[in-house]
Amino acid sequence: MSTDGEVLLAAQAVAKHFGGVKALRDVSLTIRRGEIYGLIGPNGAGKTTFFNCMTGLYVPDGGGFVFDGAPLKADAPHQAAERGIARTFQNIRLFGNMTALDNVMVGRHVRTEAGIFGAVFRGRAARDEEAAIRRRAEELLHYVGVADRAEDLAKNLSYGDQRRLEIARALATEPKLLCLDEPAAGMNGAETEELRVLIEGIRADGVTILLIEHDVKLVMGLCDRVAVLDYGALVIEDVPSVVQHDPRVIEAYIGVAA
Amino acid sequence: MDIFLQQVINGLVQGAIYAMVALGYTMVYGIMGLINFAHGEVVMIGTLVAITVVTFLLKLGFPVWLAGGMGIVAAAGVCLVLGWSLERIAYRPLRGAPRLTPLITAIGMSIVLQNLAMMIWGRNYMTFPSIIEKTQYEIGGAAFTNVQVLVVLVAGISMGGLLFLVYRTKLGMAMRATAQNPGVAGLMGVNANRVISSAFVIGSVLGALAGVMVGVYYEIAHYQMGFMLGLKAFTAAVLGGIGNLAGAMAGGVLLGLIEALGAGYIGDLTGGFLGSHYQDIFAFVVLIFVLMFRPSGLFGEKTGDRA
Amino acid sequence: MNPLLGALPVRKTIVYVLAAAALLILPFVAALGGQAWVRIVDFAILYVFLALGLNIVVGFAGLLDLGYIAFYAVGAYLWALLASPHFGLHLPFWVILPLGAIVACFFGVLLGAPTLKLRGDYLAIVTLGFGEIVRIFMNNLNAPINITNGPQGITLIDPVAIGDFKFSTVSTLFGITFSGPQKYYYLLLVLVVGVIIINIRLQHSRIGRAWQAIREDEIAAKAIGINTRNMKLLAFAMGASFGGIAGGIFAAMQGFVSPESFSLIESIMILAMVVLGGMGHIPGVILGAVLLTVLPEALRYAVVPVQKAVFGEVLADPESLRMLIFGLALVLVMRFKPAGLWPSPDRRRELAEKSR
Repeated sequence: MSTDGEVLLAAQAVAKHFGGVKALRDVSLTIRRGEIYGLIGPNGAGKTTFFNCMTGLYVPDGGGFVFDGAPLKADAPHQAAERGIARTFQNIRLFGNMTALDNVMVGRHVRTEAGIFGAVFRGRAARDEEAAIRRRAEELLHYVGVADRAEDLAKNLSYGDQRRLEIARALATEPKLLCLDEPAAGMNGAETEELRVLIEGIRADGVTILLIEHDVKLVMGLCDRVAVLDYGALVIEDVPSVVQHDPRVIEAYIGVAA
Repeated sequence: MDIFLQQVINGLVQGAIYAMVALGYTMVYGIMGLINFAHGEVVMIGTLVAITVVTFLLKLGFPVWLAGGMGIVAAAGVCLVLGWSLERIAYRPLRGAPRLTPLITAIGMSIVLQNLAMMIWGRNYMTFPSIIEKTQYEIGGAAFTNVQVLVVLVAGISMGGLLFLVYRTKLGMAMRATAQNPGVAGLMGVNANRVISSAFVIGSVLGALAGVMVGVYYEIAHYQMGFMLGLKAFTAAVLGGIGNLAGAMAGGVLLGLIEALGAGYIGDLTGGFLGSHYQDIFAFVVLIFVLMFRPSGLFGEKTGDRA
Repeated sequence: MNPLLGALPVRKTIVYVLAAAALLILPFVAALGGQAWVRIVDFAILYVFLALGLNIVVGFAGLLDLGYIAFYAVGAYLWALLASPHFGLHLPFWVILPLGAIVACFFGVLLGAPTLKLRGDYLAIVTLGFGEIVRIFMNNLNAPINITNGPQGITLIDPVAIGDFKFSTVSTLFGITFSGPQKYYYLLLVLVVGVIIINIRLQHSRIGRAWQAIREDEIAAKAIGINTRNMKLLAFAMGASFGGIAGGIFAAMQGFVSPESFSLIESIMILAMVVLGGMGHIPGVILGAVLLTVLPEALRYAVVPVQKAVFGEVLADPESLRMLIFGLALVLVMRFKPAGLWPSPDRRRELAEKSR
């Protein structure tokens, strides 16, 4: 699938500070439809803060985002999901005491409608919708590879399975843009490879992906373009081969230009 | 302006009492994140113990100042033990449990204490024996008594003492550290258990003092008085910024003023529709407003949620 | 697979049938101890109703409400005002009960809209304050216009009636004599079964899942597109509506209402039924409600004779002893069974791990 170059998300001079700390300084970048876009930088560079601003968990102190042609409203996280942005969390935030299947089923909430009357009276439409929700959730569990753990409580899943479950839940919201916050953290080589295949598959199925990662090999091998943040500012936004060799990037990570 | 000054004076005295009780709530909440529902009952027990001891000693012929002094000591002693036991027996085993569990426990202990008090002291209102000869003074058309001065003085001194303890002693520093970050404080050698026990003990002693002041000022006491007093004092703590000592003191005084002025003027404000028996509502309304619009209180810090 | 009963396991069906039979003859068994016991059973069912209503708020959505009794009060006073000599109105139950639900729902939204974003214990205090404010107003709205008749309350309230068939009087149907309380029992039973079904269906629906998600992790819930504010408000409003309906029936059954019946301790009692029973777990909540209604009554009968037998005299007045034991029960259950007496299987594990 070729990236047709159309901009899906544009960050415009996004700024955020916490007290005296400037977590983000006028960060502007664009993510194109259909690409896998990497966001890297040393710890504390502001990557997760950027995520949180984009998905409405934080309100930016300056600038904003334009998504799919319209500005993103700040401070309304559920609206970000409605518009088509889904995310996973750095520290995995699953609904621990719900089963894996329920976790994904609740991901369908934003695209379904049944309300109180549907729940109580269980008319035709409500029952059909519930069955469809269940089917789709089962499909997604299968897609990410945790179908055999469907009835287990999410908190009892292995770490790797939990990460994949979180992705399944995010996919259940039918996102246009899927944001993954360090999905490979704590994974070994084989698991990372499986993750890479999964991510490419998701992109092939029409979802644009924004990826925060520390695993440089994964990022450089997977992403079409990469942005580097350091101390809250954008250092460079370009294809991996260019970014890898940029002296500023090397300095940011290692300390001194080679 | 006719009753204004009078209401201000009344409000200040009532507020001083609220402030003393509020400190107990704010210290415990600041360190443990727990609303100690039973604190109001501890204050009430302080009042009732004082009444019993003072009445008894007066009957034996003790001089007034000695009986009064022993009353205070007895109240403080009982409340100290009570507060300490509450923490040790009811709350300590629940550290780390989700919020709802200690809250229900606190409610349960509040009920237990209230009913124990009823069983010991009976259902009827009790009068505090008069141990102070009341003299009235006047200023700007408003009257105040030496008792009122005493209450404000006691409150001022005890709060000053507390501030000294918290900001100038090692224990105080340990308490502040634990309130900010219990984990790191522990790593620095602070014994969390001791700090928490201290907070309860100090809060309870202050509460006992407040209880005695309530008894001396209003001259009556009742096993159910702890509930309203406690709720209002908690409101004061929230108003000032929960966890913040100076805030609790300021909040207490402010709430006292709001109540007194509100009760004084509510008839005029509502064209006679609401009378002063709606006084209790002020505290609740203040509480709701503060929590809705400025949950960190007047002096508290805004805490955000880092995802 | 049993050809008669289809997929239902045989043992479970037998249990259900026996339970249903027991429930049907219960009022007559209770009447053996006197009509007072039938009334106690009636109140037990009413409290099951209330506890299930609060369960939606506390158990499903995880919102701490310490002022739930206010909605009960609103429903009760509404019935009292619309079906008694006080204003001379005598509207029928099929007008007042839905109206009670709507008015209570309105108050629920009024209270919830600004406050549901508050943190757990703050929400508890605010709802407590609201409950008290309602009670104070009920107690004082007798001047300058007499709306609630103040502390004396409103009396001579109409019972539930279908045409001439009043639920408060004795009737004979199919050759069996039913007393007033016994008739109310069946009415309440039907209503409570309805509430149970509604609760179960809510729990296993899109809405129920959303509530559970909010309870588990509100931030993650928002991130996947749940409008947490509206969902919390929905839970609050639904709980309030149930409270309003229960209040109406209470007023009708008791025949009189006064502010005393709607104090903080009542809110705490209902919360205790939910929490001690097993938060969010419908059978547990029902158990909690039944225990906390029936045990104190049984205690009331036992307290005096036991004390006389042990101490030779009555040392402690039954009322305060009852409350003391209730307080102790709260503390002890939270200490040793924090998930409640009959929690849902996952919850028990969750809380057992946490308190280790």
